[in-house]
Amino acid sequence: MLTLSHFLILGAILFAISVVGIFLNRKNLIIILMSIELMLLAVNLNFIAFSHYLQDLAGQVFVFFILTVAAAESAIGLAILVALFRNLKTIHVDDLDSLKG
Amino acid sequence: MEFKTFVFYFLSAILVFAGLRVITARNPVHAALFLVLAFFTASGVWMLLQAEFLAIALVLVYVGAVMVLFLFVVMMLDINLDRLREGFWSYLPLGSIIALLMVAEMGLVLGGNYLGLFENSVPQSSAEYSNVQAVGRLLFTEYVYPFELASVILLVGIIAAVALTQRGKRKNKSVSPSQQVFVKAGDRVRVLQMPAEKSD
Repeated sequence: MLTLSHFLILGAILFAISVVGIFLNRKNLIIILMSIELMLLAVNLNFIAFSHYLQDLAGQVFVFFILTVAAAESAIGLAILVALFRNLKTIHVDDLDSLKG
Repeated sequence: MEFKTFVFYFLSAILVFAGLRVITARNPVHAALFLVLAFFTASGVWMLLQAEFLAIALVLVYVGAVMVLFLFVVMMLDINLDRLREGFWSYLPLGSIIALLMVAEMGLVLGGNYLGLFENSVPQSSAEYSNVQAVGRLLFTEYVYPFELASVILLVGIIAAVALTQRGKRKNKSVSPSQQVFVKAGDRVRVLQMPAEKSD
């Protein structure tokens, strides 16, 4: 018998994997963006699991909006990446120090 | 074991494996392809939760559009992989401790018995029930205003992406009004005096 906990723990594991991904690939902007997508997927899984077990479709509508915003976000993120690479010829995080922060 | 449970564990195993490969793959192209696998498997899990519309939308939007964009960008950039992988494993102990703590905490909360209260209340939907119809009805009645806002966000995304990646001057022949107002008649027409040729 599948319970709500099964899905929520799968989402938790997926979220933790993407957190580790951000730690490991802290110098590679592309993989960081991919890890963020994976995080959003884990969150969406939680939304859909609750929506199914509580029989409330509002959760699925929320996932729809999250998908929309995430698609726009990744498009803009990749556009920034392309503009960055065109100007600096690198996407190494250590080279992005022009703001001296 | 029930068939649904078997499908769930099968899909979860693939999902976790694909997630691990996304973060450890050496080549970003492989990482993107494993992310495609992860999205595809996740859509299977969503199908198991009877969210058919979102499962199809995930495949169409993510696998069809966002991941293709990722692959394009990865292939356009000429990156030095060795430099990006420098000290790759040095943060693994810290990262894995944090991840294990997170999973343990969430497991303690989510694996408890009181989340099992909902199981009895899930009615089996009949064969005529359409998830697409139900979500569509909700989206176009109660959530129609957020739906319009979502389309505005997508428009902003389009314009921002184009504006960020566009380079150089526009190569069209539009006039500059600030220069045009200073033009004099002498700049436009020049009268040349030419001696007439003699006919033989």
